[in-house]
Order: sequence, then structure tokens, then C-alpha cells
Amino acid sequence: MAVVFEKPKTLSDATLHYCPGCTHGIIHTLVAQAIEELGIEGKTVGVAPVGCAVMAYNYFTCDMVEAPHGRAPAVATGLKRALPENIIFTYQGDGDLAAIGTAETVHSATRGENITVIFVNNAIYGMTGGQMAPTSLPGQITQTTPYGRDVSTAGYPVRICEMLSTLDGVAYAERVSVDCVPNIRKAKAAIQKAFENQVNQKGFSIVEVLSSCPTNWGLTPVEALDWLRDNMIPYYPLGVYKDITGGDK
Amino acid sequence: MAEAAIKSGCRHFFGYPITPQTEVAAYMAKRMPKIGGTYLQAESEIAAINMVLGAASAGVRVMTSSSSPGISLKTEGISYIAGSDLPCLIINVQRGGPGLGGIQPSQADYWQATRATGHGDFHILVFAPSTIQEMVDLVYTAYDKADEYRMPAMILADGMLGQMMEPVEFPEKEADQKIEKPWATTGHQNKRAHNIVNSLYLDPNELEQKVVERFKRYERIKEKEPLAEEYLVDDADIVLVSFGATSRIVKSAVNSARAMGIKAGMIRPITLWPFPEKAIQKAADTVSCFMSVEMSMGQMVDDVRLAVNGKKPVYFFGRTGGIIPSPAEVLEQIQKTMGGAK
Repeated sequence: MAVVFEKPKTLSDATLHYCPGCTHGIIHTLVAQAIEELGIEGKTVGVAPVGCAVMAYNYFTCDMVEAPHGRAPAVATGLKRALPENIIFTYQGDGDLAAIGTAETVHSATRGENITVIFVNNAIYGMTGGQMAPTSLPGQITQTTPYGRDVSTAGYPVRICEMLSTLDGVAYAERVSVDCVPNIRKAKAAIQKAFENQVNQKGFSIVEVLSSCPTNWGLTPVEALDWLRDNMIPYYPLGVYKDITGGDK
Repeated sequence: MAEAAIKSGCRHFFGYPITPQTEVAAYMAKRMPKIGGTYLQAESEIAAINMVLGAASAGVRVMTSSSSPGISLKTEGISYIAGSDLPCLIINVQRGGPGLGGIQPSQADYWQATRATGHGDFHILVFAPSTIQEMVDLVYTAYDKADEYRMPAMILADGMLGQMMEPVEFPEKEADQKIEKPWATTGHQNKRAHNIVNSLYLDPNELEQKVVERFKRYERIKEKEPLAEEYLVDDADIVLVSFGATSRIVKSAVNSARAMGIKAGMIRPITLWPFPEKAIQKAADTVSCFMSVEMSMGQMVDDVRLAVNGKKPVYFFGRTGGIIPSPAEVLEQIQKTMGGAK
């Protein structure tokens, strides 16, 4: 029988610890495929975050470093400055990248560090059990906004791609979603481009991936993808926010 | 100090401006671009220490320097670096605290350096130079020992040493950079299994085992690496214990006391962790008392007491807040103590 699909070799055989229906698995696959298709695994070093993806270091077969909460872009900066010929990426969630690590995110971006940032936005703190995230939507019910996120006290969500696209140091910022196959295809192309940019010395690239959290949203996997489509995409419009790479995309 | 780091093979410096250590950063900013190195002014001390973590993961010699409040911010990263068994060099040019404190010399970060440079069960190597020459020499030692034992090393200086000018000679020998780092995350080049730099162990048995292994390494360090200078200890009645710039003041007080017929001596710990407890224990057999002299309310005195273990009285004299004790003040304390002891 002909093999028509294989797990990318850049993903290990370890059993993923993610909840059923979580889209981290899809995003891991897209990242691994991009690394494999570019043939860069041997010189790639990934930086894992704190949050649901903390154990990403067990899943990607390239060299991996586990960073403190929010500090992945700073760790990646240290790695890239020490290993300028290598490919360095971070894989971070919304709490990690857009709350505790805001300074590290903004300043690695404005320095134009030639790194690739994969930002998984599921509008909630998953690992700690479903607290309000910087990207939780107005009115969204979470463990710490039990009456819905009240913007008069809890403030507004952060739109990372829009914010970072104002910085001169950013080469490429795109928001994608993994709620359906056509969007997954677009996400794959964006992630691939974000790695290619680094190979081609284009500078700081970020791909924000809208992702679901059925467990902490209290929805079935399918309902969660519907919720993402109906609620998150209108607040976080998909598309390219910045691209000065002159690529052919 | 900065030049010594460069001569030790350091090509990566990550820092954030804070008084009184700005001289180190300014020197690095000037030199690093000329030698193909990295000087990077980070957005915060937290970012700087995490850049150190990243570069250390890549296996290069890397340093950051700061002063007391900045070190507090770095403690998160230092704990992760220690928990990931990474070597690096951290400079603390201490100033008065707590809080914003002041910008004058202090030794009030002794507890922080030796007890609590971050959360969790771990130690870092702590070196306390008393002259600029020794600071230069200890930078080489600190890098070599950090690499050998795979752990962070700190040079604990103070604002007095930080602002002082003294002639120095750079050692002829190159620092020992031959230590292999097969654990470094440099990209596996499809030639080996992937390396992981990590401090997370969710299984408590595994975590306990990691920590216990690290503490076995610490035991070897405590056996092999303590450094201390002993000055007129053999026939001393009173031994003053003092480190860093303060020891130079204490030494002149000891000389004055000797001139007055009081048999004073001094032990100067050069490594604060590992603390040179054997030198103190040996002296405890022969002297009548100890006095720890510090620019703090009394922090190292804890370690002196632990080493003396009740054998002899241990006194303390110190000034804090950025006040440097004078030789006359220290002499007066010696006279008072010895007068009382007779």
C-alpha cells in the first residue's frame, strides 16, 4: 500500500499530553513539517514556553531549551547571538507571550532579532486551569472572570499582530487559524514562510495561530472550533499585518 | 574585570544599566564590536539574564553584570540556569539596600549571594575579590570553575571596588576553555540525539534525584574549592573575618592592633560559597574569639558562627547603608573586645 501521509520526522514518537480536541497537535505538526521541508532540523534550536506547550522539548526532535515563563524571546536572543548560523524559534502561548513576557516579545521584535515566533492564541490560560488570558474576549467566562470579562475592570484584550506590526524591527507578522482545513493550509504556508524568512536573514517573524481549548472553554472539540470561528476571528481578524520580506507570498 | 572576561573567552555580554556597575557595560559596549563579540543592552535585567541562559545553552562563555536591585530581578533566571546545569558569570557590584537603597558601597547582598539567588535547592559559586588585580584573576577562575561544575558563578564586588582604579597585570595563561560541552544545544546536525536544556521534572522522584546529584557535586566543591587568605592567624588571640574591600580596612586595623601589642589576625574568605569553614575551624582551636566585620548589619557572621560551632565567642561589627567603616573604628572594636575578654 502506498504511504500518502507520514508524521514529520521532526516530531518525536512521544505521546502528546494535550487534551483531546486541542489544536496544539495540529500546530506542532505544522511547525515540524516546515522545519523538515526546509531541511533545517540539524541546525534548529527551539525554545519551549511555560504553559500547555511546556513539554514541547519532548516532541520536537531538534535541540530544545525550556525557558522561564514569558522569557522565550530573550532566551532565543541569547541563542541566536551565540549561534547566528542556526535557526532559532520560540513556541509560546498567550499568557506567556502577551502577558508576563510582553516586554521580551516587544523588545525582541523591535530589535529585529532574526528569529521565528510561533504564537498560539487560545484566549485562555490552559495549563493552570482556565483563567482569563490577556487575549480573553470581552464577556468571555473564565475561572477568574466568572461573570464574563468585564472590560471596565479587567481591561481589553491585546491584539499582538496589530501591535507588533507598528514596530520597524518586525519583518513579518501574520495571523492564521486552525479551525478548518483551508485555514490550516494557510497556517502551514505562514509558518513555513516565517522559518524561510530566518533562513534568508529577513529578521523577526511572528505567526499568531488562533487555537481552541475545548477543556477550559467547556465545549466539545467541534463546538470549540465553531466558537473560535464565530467569536475569535471577528475580534482577531486573520491576515498579513506586516510583510517587508519581499517574498513571493 | 570586563577585559579579564574577554581574555577568558567571553564574547557575549547582556546587561541593563544600573549604578554603580555601568563601567563594565560601557567597556563591553566599546570592546565587543571590535572583536566580533556581542554587547546587547536588554530591556530589563530579567531579559538580560534570560539572554545569558540562551547563550549559555549554546555553550559559549557569557556574562552579565548588575548591582543589587538588578540582581534581585535576575534571581528568577539564575534559578533556571542553576536548575538547567548551565555555566555563566554574573557580576554584582553591590550597593546599599533594601529597596532602591543607595548607590554607595555595601556588602548587604551576602545572604542573597550565598543563600538565595533564586527559588529552590541550589548554590552558585561566589567569589569576593578585595583588589582589582584579584578581581581580574578571579574572573578567569570563575569561568573555569563554572564550566567545570556546570553552574553559575558570581563575582560579588562592592561599589568601592567598582569605582576604584588600580594597576593590574593580566595573567599570561589563557583561561581553560578546553572543557567539552556535549550537552550544549548547538543544533544536532543530524549526528546525535537532540539535546534538551531544561529544569522541569514533574515526577518528584526524578526531581529529587536531580537535586541530590547536584548536591553531591556541591559536596565535592566544598571539599576542593574553598579559598581564603590568612593573615597573622597562627599566634592570634582575636581573628577578624572580613571579605572584599572591607578586608583592606580590617588589615590596617589588625596592623595597628599588633603595634599596640594586641595579637590580632584576619581570615579573608575569597570564596563565599563554598565558605572556607575549615580555615575558621582550625583557628577556632587556637584563638580566644572571632569578630566578623562587614558592610552590613551582619550576614557573613552567620557562616562564621556555623563554622565556629560554639567553640569560641563570635562578635560582629559593621556599618551599613553605604557607610565604609574606618580603620580607627575597627581598631576601637578590637580594643573594646580584647579589653572585655581580659
